[in-house]
Amino acid sequence: MIKIRNLTKRYEKLVAVDNINLDIERNEVFGLLGPNGAGKTTVIHMLATLLKPTSGDAIVNGYDIITEPGKVRSSIGIVFQTPSSDDMLTGYENLKVHAFLYGVPSHEREKRIQSVLELVGLAERQRDQVKKYSGGMRRRLEIARGLLHRPTVMFLDEPTLGLDPSSREMMWEYIKKLVKEEEMTIILTTHYMEEADHLCRRIGIIDQGKIIALDTPSNLKKSVGGDIVKLRPKSYPDLESLRKLIYIRKIELSEGDVIMYVDNARENIPDILRHIEAEYVEFRSPDLNDVFLKLASKNIKERGEGGFMERYAQYGK
Amino acid sequence: MLSMANSVITFEKVYALWLREFKVFLRERSRLVASTFTPLLWLFVIGIGFGSVATLPSEGSVGYQKFIFPGIVCMSVIFTSVFFGSYVIWDRKFDFLKSVMVAPVSRGTIFVGKALGGMTSSLIQAAILLFVGALIGIPYSALGIAEAIVIVLLLSFTLTSLGLAIGSYMQSLEGFQMIVSFVVFPLFFLSGALFPLERLPTWLSVLTSIDPATYGVNAMRAAVLGIGNTSFVFDIILLLVFTISLGAIGIYSFKRMKAV
Repeated sequence: MIKIRNLTKRYEKLVAVDNINLDIERNEVFGLLGPNGAGKTTVIHMLATLLKPTSGDAIVNGYDIITEPGKVRSSIGIVFQTPSSDDMLTGYENLKVHAFLYGVPSHEREKRIQSVLELVGLAERQRDQVKKYSGGMRRRLEIARGLLHRPTVMFLDEPTLGLDPSSREMMWEYIKKLVKEEEMTIILTTHYMEEADHLCRRIGIIDQGKIIALDTPSNLKKSVGGDIVKLRPKSYPDLESLRKLIYIRKIELSEGDVIMYVDNARENIPDILRHIEAEYVEFRSPDLNDVFLKLASKNIKERGEGGFMERYAQYGK
Repeated sequence: MLSMANSVITFEKVYALWLREFKVFLRERSRLVASTFTPLLWLFVIGIGFGSVATLPSEGSVGYQKFIFPGIVCMSVIFTSVFFGSYVIWDRKFDFLKSVMVAPVSRGTIFVGKALGGMTSSLIQAAILLFVGALIGIPYSALGIAEAIVIVLLLSFTLTSLGLAIGSYMQSLEGFQMIVSFVVFPLFFLSGALFPLERLPTWLSVLTSIDPATYGVNAMRAAVLGIGNTSFVFDIILLLVFTISLGAIGIYSFKRMKAV
């Protein structure tokens, strides 16, 4: 559905997107996950023909983004990070303008507008000016607009950014509905781990313009290696004896805590506690957060600089 | 890379973009009131104030207020049209422009839709002023009104194109307003809206002759008052030349405008 080959966008000094290669399959929900400024939106803008790549190329729906931008545009829908409807117009009027812009045939125009309004649950509010809509409603109107011309690929750039928790869950439901009912390939960007986990079949983790991991959410989580046990030792811990335990894969120290990646933590914690006296112990299965942190520490080693973790720390919480 | 999708101007898409501009215009009443107020101030305060002391060689028997009336109509067109360019910046700020640019719509279509929207605002404002003209005793003929409309359409398309071209290069509204005030005031003062152009020194005559509004004012004066110093047809031809050239500049500016 989408083939990305050596896609690169370079600004004067900054490399926003650095030689990305990626294939996205039909009817897949693909998540581009990464911190702000990682290059997610730049990738989307290039795929949507709004931005010209410095080098490399991509094929979207069988059309080349560089030589056939018009065809690409006709075949994609896009929801931008910030709502882009005209808030002086009503929801209905916004859709009507875009139905014309996408060349929806006149005999189908009304029907399509009503059906997409129905789909996103805005049919009752269609005669209201968009300025009277809530943030969640605006976002849903954008989705409706993106669906008008029956695209086969839909780009959602941070579809739940700035929404309250209940609107966010509603948005997730709509996105799932799209995949099921409209058979659409969806590429979404997000910096919310749980969003990517919840919606995407595969996730590409992007940092500083590079895809640093690409897999299903469950495989990514497995790659962390074991459950995560966090423990506050009473005295300075005897790490040597802990290291001898074969079910402990890795030990890290962080702010007075010992963090261990442990196989089958439920059964092995009692044994661990024989080697170390603890004030408290917690353990959990890995989530995408841990994938992030693991990749981050690897990245720091490779690049000899921070950035990722610090930036991630700002909004990961 | 935009050249492929860039060549055709589609009527239906232009219509959709124009319709949006028109609806927004109708809903923003304050915009209409504010921009009608200034021309009326000129017409009644300057018109009557100067009219009480000034006698102009070419005004004939019409009096100063009526003499400047066609100029004030054009002034309203100048200000409304050029300032309409700021709506490109608004569209960009609110990402509406991005949503249009990601649609399969040529830049020429986007430009023409926008320009027709600006033209419509100017035309409505000019119509209000022409109506006020009837109240102060402008002796309209049916032909005169038709001619006045043609002039307003040509002049407003020309100047909306200018405004949109400037707007397409600007990132901020403040910047736009700064630049545009350097444009609208010379356009207005040099147009002969407020004084006859016959007795000007050469340097000033040269400047007035490159101002598109000069031909608008002169033609408007011929259309509604029956006075003027160049022929109506000549003025219209020159306005057409300005319309086409500034329209072309506008389309070019939109083509090179970055989407994000």
